[in-house]
Amino acid sequence: MGDLDFIKVKHLHIDYDILDLDLLNKVLQEETSFQWCISCGCCTASCSAGNHTTFNVRRISLLLRRGEIESLEKELEKCMLCGKCTLVCPRDIQLRNVVMSIKKNILKYKMSSL
Amino acid sequence: MKTYFQYPFLIGMIFLFAFLIYLYVRWYTKLSKYDKVRFRKFWGTKKVWKAIYDSINDGLLHASIFKKNPVLGYMHMSLAFGWFLLIVIGHLEVVVATGGLNFPFYYAIFFRYFEPVHATTIAKIFAAVMDFLLLFILVGVALAITKRFYKKIFGMKHTTKLKPLDKVALYSLWAIFPLRLFAESCSAAVYQNGSFLTNTTGAWLGNIANSPVIYQGSWWLYSFALCFFFIALPFSRYMHIPTEIYYIFLRNAGIKTKKTWESYAQIQLYSCSRCGVCLDACQLYDAGISDVQSVYFLQFIRNKEDAEKPLFGCLICGRCQVECPVHLNLNDLRTALRIKASKPLTFSYSYTQKPEQQSADTIYFAGCMTHLTPGTKKSMAKIFDYVGEKVWFMDEDKSICCGRPLMLAGQYDSAAQLIEKNTELIKESGAKNLILSCPYCYKVFKEDYILPDINIKFHANYIKELIDQKKLPDSKLNITAIYHDPCELGRGMNIYQEPRDVIEHYSHRIPLQKSKDKDQALCCGAGLGGINLTGDAKNAMTHNAMTYFDKFNPDVLVTACPLCKKTFVSDRRIEVLDIAELVVKAIEQPNELKALPHREKSYAIS
Ligand code: SF4
Ligand code: SF4
Ligand code: SF4
Ligand code: SF4
Ligand code: SF4
Repeated sequence: MGDLDFIKVKHLHIDYDILDLDLLNKVLQEETSFQWCISCGCCTASCSAGNHTTFNVRRISLLLRRGEIESLEKELEKCMLCGKCTLVCPRDIQLRNVVMSIKKNILKYKMSSL
Repeated sequence: MKTYFQYPFLIGMIFLFAFLIYLYVRWYTKLSKYDKVRFRKFWGTKKVWKAIYDSINDGLLHASIFKKNPVLGYMHMSLAFGWFLLIVIGHLEVVVATGGLNFPFYYAIFFRYFEPVHATTIAKIFAAVMDFLLLFILVGVALAITKRFYKKIFGMKHTTKLKPLDKVALYSLWAIFPLRLFAESCSAAVYQNGSFLTNTTGAWLGNIANSPVIYQGSWWLYSFALCFFFIALPFSRYMHIPTEIYYIFLRNAGIKTKKTWESYAQIQLYSCSRCGVCLDACQLYDAGISDVQSVYFLQFIRNKEDAEKPLFGCLICGRCQVECPVHLNLNDLRTALRIKASKPLTFSYSYTQKPEQQSADTIYFAGCMTHLTPGTKKSMAKIFDYVGEKVWFMDEDKSICCGRPLMLAGQYDSAAQLIEKNTELIKESGAKNLILSCPYCYKVFKEDYILPDINIKFHANYIKELIDQKKLPDSKLNITAIYHDPCELGRGMNIYQEPRDVIEHYSHRIPLQKSKDKDQALCCGAGLGGINLTGDAKNAMTHNAMTYFDKFNPDVLVTACPLCKKTFVSDRRIEVLDIAELVVKAIEQPNELKALPHREKSYAIS
C-alpha cells in the first residue's frame, strides 16, 4: 500500500489503538438519546450560534467520536443553550443536555489527567 | 417529695434551646451586610406586625395548608396551635393555682403530678380546658398516624420518605401526647384531679394506676418522650418549626434569595416542613420521576447527598412554589445551586456578528424560540403592518439569544455576555419600545437588562393596548378557545389578564378549572429549566396536559409562548395558536362563521 500513503492525511488520521473513548461513553451514558442521532442536520440548520459562525452541532458529534477533546471544548464554548436544536430534533435528542454533559465531562477528564 | 422525672425533659429542653440560639446567631452573622441592616431596621417598622400575623397564621394555625387541604391543615394546626395553647394555658393555670410566678420552669408541663387536688372552680375549668386541648391534639396525632398508612384520606398522592433521626422525632412526637394522657390519667385515677377526658380514662385504669411503678413510670415515660423529641428535633424535619418563624421575620424584613447559596437560603432549606404539598403540584410524576420534587430535593441538600441529577431535572415551572405553604422561593433556591454547580463551565460569544442596524421607534425581538414558530412572527409582522407601526425586526437574522436559557442552566456569567451584546444593539438603535413575543425573553429583558429608556412590552399586552386604542378591529371569531398560561409569563411575570382579554375579544374563551388555571396552570413539559429530562419524560407531561385541555373540547388552544406552542403542536389533538396568530385570523377572516375546521377526534392518541 506504500503507493497510496499520501491518502493518509496526518490530521485526519484516527489511531484507534490510542483513541480514548471514555468521554464518548460517559456522555452516552448520561444522555443516552445521543446515540440515536441520524445526522439529519436539523439541529445544525436551526442553531442560533450556527447563524453567526461555522459552529455545527453535528460536527460536535464527530469530534466527540474522534476523541478530539481540545477542538470539542473550543467549539462548545459557542453554544448559547437556546434549545432550538433540541426542539427540532426528529429523534428527540436532548441536545442541550448533550452540550452540558460533554462540557462537564471534559472538565472532569481534564481534572483527572492533571 | 423530691422528684427526678423532670430531668430528661429539662435536659432535652436546654439542649434544644442552646442549639437553636447557636444556629440563629450563626445564621444571622452570615447574612450579608445589607441584609443585616435590613433586619435591624425592620424591628422599628410596621412590618413586624405583618410578620407576627404571618407567624400565627402560617406557623401556628397553618392557614395556608388548611385552605388547600382541611384534613391535613387540621393535623398541622392541632399539633402546632394545640400544643402552643397547652403550654400557654398550662402556665396560666399554674400561675392561678400557685398565686404567683414563683414556680420552677417545668412545673406547668407536669402540673397534674404536682397539683394532685383541685380546690376551686377555676381549677376545674382549667382542667377541662386542658383536657379539651389534649383531646384536640390527640385527634391530630391520630390523623398523623393514619396519614402515614393511608395517605389517600388526605387527598395526597404521595408522602415523604423518612431518615432515621426523622423517625426518632416522629415516633417520639406521636408518643408525647398519648403518654401525657396516660400519665395524667394515672394521676386522675389516684386523685380524681382530671376532667372529662383524663378522669374517664383514669377510671378505666382503676387500680393499675395505684402501683407506684406505673404511676411514677408514666411520668418518666412522658418526660422521656419530650426529651427524645427535643434532642432529635434539630436533626429532623421538625427543625422547620422554629426555623419557619425566623424565616417569616426575615422575609417580612424584605430579604431576598440571592444568586449564591447563603444564609437566607440555608434558613429556607430548614424551613421546609416536608408537608409534601409540593409533591402533588409537580407534573414530573406524570413521567414517573419522583426524586426531583422540591421536598425530596431539599432533603438531598440537607443531607448533603449528591443532588446534581435532580438539580438539573426540574422544569423550574414554579407550580410547587405557588403551592408551598411556607412560601419558600423554590425556583430561586434551585437557581442558586445551579449557578454553583455549573460555575466551572464557560462559554464565550466573541464570534457574534452584528445584524444590520435600522432606526425605528419600535423594536421587535422574536427570540430564538419564536424563530421556530414562524406563524407567530409572521402574525406579529401583519399586526405591525395593520396598525402602521414602523418596526425594526432586530433578530430577524443573526439573532443573539436573550440569555434566559443560559440562566436557567445556571450560566449567569455567560448570559451576561449576550445581555451586553443585545443591550448595545438596542441602545444604538435609539428605539423607545421593545416588543417581545416569548415569555422567556420578556422575563430576562424586564429583570436583567438595564434599559431604563426603553418601554419593554410583551406582545399580548401590546395587542391589548392596540385593542383599547381601537387600532385593531372588533371581529370576533365564532370559535371556542382555551388559554394556556405559560409558566414564565404567568407565574414568572404575573401576566394573566391581558392575554385573556385579547382572547375574549376575538373568540369565546372557555375557562379552565381553578386548580389548573392562572398561577396553578400546567406546564407544557418542555420548560427550558428541565436540562436533563428525557424526551419521553417531556412528552408524557405534554400528553397529560393536552388530555386535560381536550376534556373541554375547545376549537383551539391559545398560548402566548412559542415554546408552549411548539410543544403542544406535537401532540396534534387540538389546534394550537399563539395569541398573535389568533388575532390575525380574526382580522383576516371576520365573516367566517367557523374560522377553523372542527377537529376530528379520530386521530387522538390514546
Ligand atoms: S437534529 Fe437530532 S438527529 Fe438530526 S443531526 Fe441533530 S441531533 Fe442528530
Ligand atoms: S442550544 Fe446551542 S447548539 Fe442548540 S441551537 Fe442553541 S446554540 Fe445551537
Ligand atoms: S417545599 Fe414547601 S410544599 Fe414542599 S414540602 Fe417543603 S414546605 Fe411543603
Ligand atoms: S418547579 Fe415544577 S418541575 Fe420543578 S419540582 Fe416544582 S413543580 Fe416540579
Ligand atoms: S413552554 Fe410554556 S408551559 Fe412550557 S415551560 Fe415554557 S412557559 Fe411553561
